[in-house]
Amino acid sequence: MSGPILQMTNITKSFAGVHALRGVQFDLCPGEVHAVLGENGAGKSTLVKIITGVHQPDGGEMSLNGQRIQLAGPREAAELGISAIYQELSIFPDLDVAENIYAGRRPTLPGGLVDWRQMHREAGRLLQALSVNLDTRAKARYLSIAQQQTVEIARALSVNARILIMDEPTSALTLSEVHDLFQIVRRLRDNGTAVLFISHRIEELFEIADRVTVLRDGAYVGTRLVAEARQDELIRMMVGRTIDDLFPKQQVAAGDLVLRVRDLSRRGVFEGVSFDLHKGEILGMAGLIGAGRTEVSQALFGIAPADGGAIEIAGRPVQITSPRQAMECGLALVPEDRQHHGLVLPMTITDNITLPILARFARQGWLSGQGAHLAAFDAATRLEVKAVSVWQRVRELSGGNQQKVVLAKWLATAPRILILDEPTRGIDIGTKAAVHSLMSELAAQGIAILMISSELPEVLGMSDRILVMHEGRVTGTFDRGEATQERIMMAATQAAPMEQADGL
Amino acid sequence: MASDRKGVARGGLLVRAARSREIVLGVFVLLLILATGLRSPSFLTFESFKLVLLDAAMLAVIALAQGMIIITRGIDLSVASMLGLTAMMVAFVIRAYPETPIILTVLLGIALGGVLGSLNGVIITAGGVPPIIATLGTLSAYRGLVFLYSNGSWINAYQLPVDFKQLAKGEWLGLPNLVVFAVVIAIMVYIFLNHTHAGRDIYALGSNPEAAKIAGIRTGQITFMVYVICGLVCGFAGVMWASRYEAAQTNTALGFELQTVAAAVIGGVSMLGGSGTVPGVLLGALLLAVIQNGLTVSGISPFWQLAVQGFLILLAVISDSTFQQRARRLSMRRVAR
Amino acid sequence: MTASDKAVPASISLAPVRKPLLPRLLRWEWFLVVLILGVSLLNAALSPYFLNVQNLFRASSDFMEMGLMMLPMVLIIVTGNVDLAVASTLGMTASFMGLMFNNGVNIWLAAGAALLLGAAAGLFSGYLIARLKVPALVITLGTYAFYRGLAYVMLGDQAATGYPSSFTYIGQGTLPGTPVPFSMALFLLMALVFGLVLHKTAFGRYLYAIGNNQDAVVYSGIRVARVKVIAFLLSGTMSALAGLVLAARFGSTRPDIGTGLELAVITAAVLGGVDINGGKGTMVGAILSLLLIGLMRFGMGLLNIQDQVQNIAIGALLIISVLLPNVPQKIRDRRSGWDARSILVVLLALIVVVAFGWFFFWSRAVVFSLS
Repeated sequence: MSGPILQMTNITKSFAGVHALRGVQFDLCPGEVHAVLGENGAGKSTLVKIITGVHQPDGGEMSLNGQRIQLAGPREAAELGISAIYQELSIFPDLDVAENIYAGRRPTLPGGLVDWRQMHREAGRLLQALSVNLDTRAKARYLSIAQQQTVEIARALSVNARILIMDEPTSALTLSEVHDLFQIVRRLRDNGTAVLFISHRIEELFEIADRVTVLRDGAYVGTRLVAEARQDELIRMMVGRTIDDLFPKQQVAAGDLVLRVRDLSRRGVFEGVSFDLHKGEILGMAGLIGAGRTEVSQALFGIAPADGGAIEIAGRPVQITSPRQAMECGLALVPEDRQHHGLVLPMTITDNITLPILARFARQGWLSGQGAHLAAFDAATRLEVKAVSVWQRVRELSGGNQQKVVLAKWLATAPRILILDEPTRGIDIGTKAAVHSLMSELAAQGIAILMISSELPEVLGMSDRILVMHEGRVTGTFDRGEATQERIMMAATQAAPMEQADGL
Repeated sequence: MASDRKGVARGGLLVRAARSREIVLGVFVLLLILATGLRSPSFLTFESFKLVLLDAAMLAVIALAQGMIIITRGIDLSVASMLGLTAMMVAFVIRAYPETPIILTVLLGIALGGVLGSLNGVIITAGGVPPIIATLGTLSAYRGLVFLYSNGSWINAYQLPVDFKQLAKGEWLGLPNLVVFAVVIAIMVYIFLNHTHAGRDIYALGSNPEAAKIAGIRTGQITFMVYVICGLVCGFAGVMWASRYEAAQTNTALGFELQTVAAAVIGGVSMLGGSGTVPGVLLGALLLAVIQNGLTVSGISPFWQLAVQGFLILLAVISDSTFQQRARRLSMRRVAR
Repeated sequence: MTASDKAVPASISLAPVRKPLLPRLLRWEWFLVVLILGVSLLNAALSPYFLNVQNLFRASSDFMEMGLMMLPMVLIIVTGNVDLAVASTLGMTASFMGLMFNNGVNIWLAAGAALLLGAAAGLFSGYLIARLKVPALVITLGTYAFYRGLAYVMLGDQAATGYPSSFTYIGQGTLPGTPVPFSMALFLLMALVFGLVLHKTAFGRYLYAIGNNQDAVVYSGIRVARVKVIAFLLSGTMSALAGLVLAARFGSTRPDIGTGLELAVITAAVLGGVDINGGKGTMVGAILSLLLIGLMRFGMGLLNIQDQVQNIAIGALLIISVLLPNVPQKIRDRRSGWDARSILVVLLALIVVVAFGWFFFWSRAVVFSLS
């Protein structure tokens, strides 16, 4: 590797008085894949936004090829060869592949008209260079996520990006798609492109990255060569604590069977999912994203009902076709996407917490304001939500407090089965620990908890039993004692279902 | 993954099915024509068909502009008012100066329409007012201006010079001028939408406005442009209307905006933006014109017109949505957050 | 960006956050009050007839039908939808009643049937919108045409006339012993009901939540489809009720009855501060804007401005009411870019406006001088 193409020293950035980055340093060399590791809120996306010119740093220096630069905006960054591919793909669903690659920069015929032939030809070449087989005339809408991502990569190539930033590119991909993606990334790297790779999946970094930089709470912790790094060291750098400190173990004797799922399936999404859940038990659902866990939770909660299989709650078979029905059966779902599915951001804490149970405060339809506020106040105080008052709008709260509001909302429905989908994603350490001890408390009170999580340490630390899914099937079940990260990972990447451990 | 591959293959079939919307429409139009012809053979004569073509041409010209706007996720409810106002103003000018060369008259109409369309564009882009509200307001305002301008009076056939009256209906190669103009305009719009950068920008903008901005497309300018184009087209149509009907009244084209949206929607322009074709819109306009004339010729009370139009819009929209939803469900396994 | 945890107190309070005085005063409803006062003063200065209570009441009865339809429209717009078909539903149900009456059916039975038809119409729209996930704009564009078309099919070129005076009372009569029109009393009662529903019931909270984030509401176990269907059902029923009042006021019914009223209704709601994108707005604001529009029309009538020309002012008012709140943000965005090019563009725009205006008045003057 020659000298760095990008160098950032002592970068500082604040938003509304809150530090997002403090004295961060970072360098990127051509022909390398450099991963940036850190929890949500660590500052990864702010760093990326500064590199792509969306934000300007408050302090510090940035140089490209040894020359100091100040990016006025994203267009300038693009002109300098910096490209980014975000999780929210910038795809035009109604345009074909070639036009997606060349949007805004289409080749022109001498008369001023669009040169379609040239555009398709060039697009074809680019895709071939990536060893991808796509019809350039296909409408982007009908492509899979992985294919759309490839189109974006091709787009970055077409602008001769020398720095390519990929922000969580694997979150929506299947394993084979991740494999294909990594092939492409390796090819880019071998061609001299500098790739900045953001991921929270440590396993992937070991597979694809050359170096890894760890950020924590907006500060630079360190950079390691991936060949020399160890996973637990990286976790410690990310988190500042060892695994054990983080996840309060709780020993609760499992009670009666409260949920029994048999052969649950939804065509094309998941099939043959079976498991039991007991009172006071925490069942962790592990797997890579795309395994189908969220879809199972959506089926259980009636958002997207299953089309086959049986669900029994406390021994009684039920058909769950709507969230209302699920709630009547004692279920509650804290969704993965807090902002879009869990909260109505412009409304108050009271409105949000009382939304599912509003009917309780209405006599003959007439809503008694005080009752709702009191209930919300109780719920919010019990969870130690940090806000000025229950009248505050939820969008003003931090991520951790927003998650607490969502939890308060669902706890107020007094569920007997609580489904948590990525409960600690995107929240700070302190709140994370609070959520975990809350989970322990709830289990001790006899609530059955189904916890979907992509963080192996969390799964291992919190679950009494673990269920692993891969591409829509259950591929492993483990008791707490016999589970290890390796075993879970193997099941999560397995194609065929493993031997079921006893005690389904 | 198996379902993935299936998705793409079905995508092929669905794509073919979508393209065949024009075929379905075309077949439907033919069937309607035949059915009406069976009931009243006079419908199948060229003379009677000229009327259909005239109606279709008038509608198609504006429906194309409306379609472009809908592709950008907007709508222009003021088209009928712009048409009426320009028709009135042009008619007044011709009344005052009957010797004005025809070409100047047409240019005047187009220019007036352009001004009105620009106002729409400014309100929407610079003012940040949602298109439905903006054009709802100008719909009333422009129609009011017609009254203010004409004081409630109107221009009738005797006050209009002959060459003006012949503008729309005079024939060229056996077809009324208006129809020829419409064909020319349709070809121009086709080339514009499919082969110019601005045209492709329109589709990009409608398909994903944020991504378009990131890609460097000047979304404000494009949006402004489509409303100006619509104004220009309505100005042209206003001249044609006054010429065809040999009159300009305060209620000229009252309610016409609905038909333009109907023609576009039936022709496959999605209200969600990003898609729509010129042939589709033309067929939509033709379908409406056939229905309009067919009903009259068949002796079915003209009072069924509106009900049938509304029913067709509902049908088109309902079938579209079930169609698109199935396509979306098959292809998109998961939407990235 | 999100607030820092460290900046807020440790404990959460039950009491409402006290907002500083200025933002409270800048609320849209106060702005409407100021406009209302202003227009009233203007009207009083223009004509002695304005301050006559009888005249005011009589004039206001023109708006009661609009007002009745506006009430459920506010609910619908709050959810982020719109109902373009209100006037067509009015026309269809009134024509239905007229048709039945013409065929000898008792007027009150016919009126009842019309109300049921209106409910059915609303149910139909609501069902399509809730199930199909097609924008309400498009569905109601279809029903706008379809229902009006059915009105024409029912009555054709006939008119229904000769309603008994017991019926026309609801459109023309006043409360015994007072100058207050019955229709106004009806409207005020309905306004109270709808206002309470919107602001004081769980259903009303659902409406606001749906308008802000429909998905989150679905995930919270609320039957969103049912809420929407009810909202449109109310719209259809109130349109029918408005149709009864309008037919009673005119004393007759033609199939084109109420044409164009949907624009007035939506204008009144949006002008009243109900955000067309959903999630915001109050019933009080909507009623104030109705009052404002009524006063403006009254004043313009005093100036002998014709109805249709009044629309210029109403249309402009609608646009300005949505545009005005955007201005401060636009100026803030613009501060960087006042270059030669944009100044040229503004100048060009001004020239065009002036030229158009001159042409407008010059050309009509020429023609009027001829005849």
